Amino acid sequence: MNAPSSRAARIREKLHAALAPASLEVIDDSMKHVGHAHAPRPGKAGEPGETHFTIKVVSQVFEGKSRIERHRMINDLLSGEIGEGLHALSIDAKAPGE
Amino acid sequence: MAIHDRLQSIVDENDVVLFMKGTPDFPQCGFSGQVVQILNYLGVDFKGVNCLETDELRQGVKSFSNWPTLPQLYLKGEFVGGCDIVREMFQSGELATALSEKGIAFKAPAGARA
Repeated sequence: MNAPSSRAARIREKLHAALAPASLEVIDDSMKHVGHAHAPRPGKAGEPGETHFTIKVVSQVFEGKSRIERHRMINDLLSGEIGEGLHALSIDAKAPGE
Repeated sequence: MAIHDRLQSIVDENDVVLFMKGTPDFPQCGFSGQVVQILNYLGVDFKGVNCLETDELRQGVKSFSNWPTLPQLYLKGEFVGGCDIVREMFQSGELATALSEKGIAFKAPAGARA
């Protein structure tokens, strides 16, 4: 279920480059959402659509930033993906020691 | 932009607004449903706006808040965040604090501090 996938790899790459995270987890939750409104449609090979992800990230960059600011930073970094079918992001963004 | 004016008047006229997928009685997305449960648990009177009704509304609320996903919670015209942020604030007690600071009525659940 969490096998390497192209979108997951791109997300990881973008966040790594911009946030220099102390830790980073990118989890593909798409299968949990099959069947709800705007859920991933199974692809031709029956693969889920890589539409729902959970991101858990710890980075120094977040220190002193509000929750909204942290989420906006991540949303901005991933805006290209959001425009191309990334439908839902669950974000847990912490500074070291939080 | 007409849709932004309409959204602005919704958040001006209602103390607590949840822009969501589906309605408070029938949320059509788990994230929207979680925030409805939290607000109901706290006994907060809120206006749910079903953004799946029109494309204009669904796109408009995203640019209005500069936030790409739903749900979105507003308290007294101020954007609070989406599901993750509301859940974290609920668990830490910050949501109850924000409600009392803004003078929004809610019921403190038994055993919890308002």
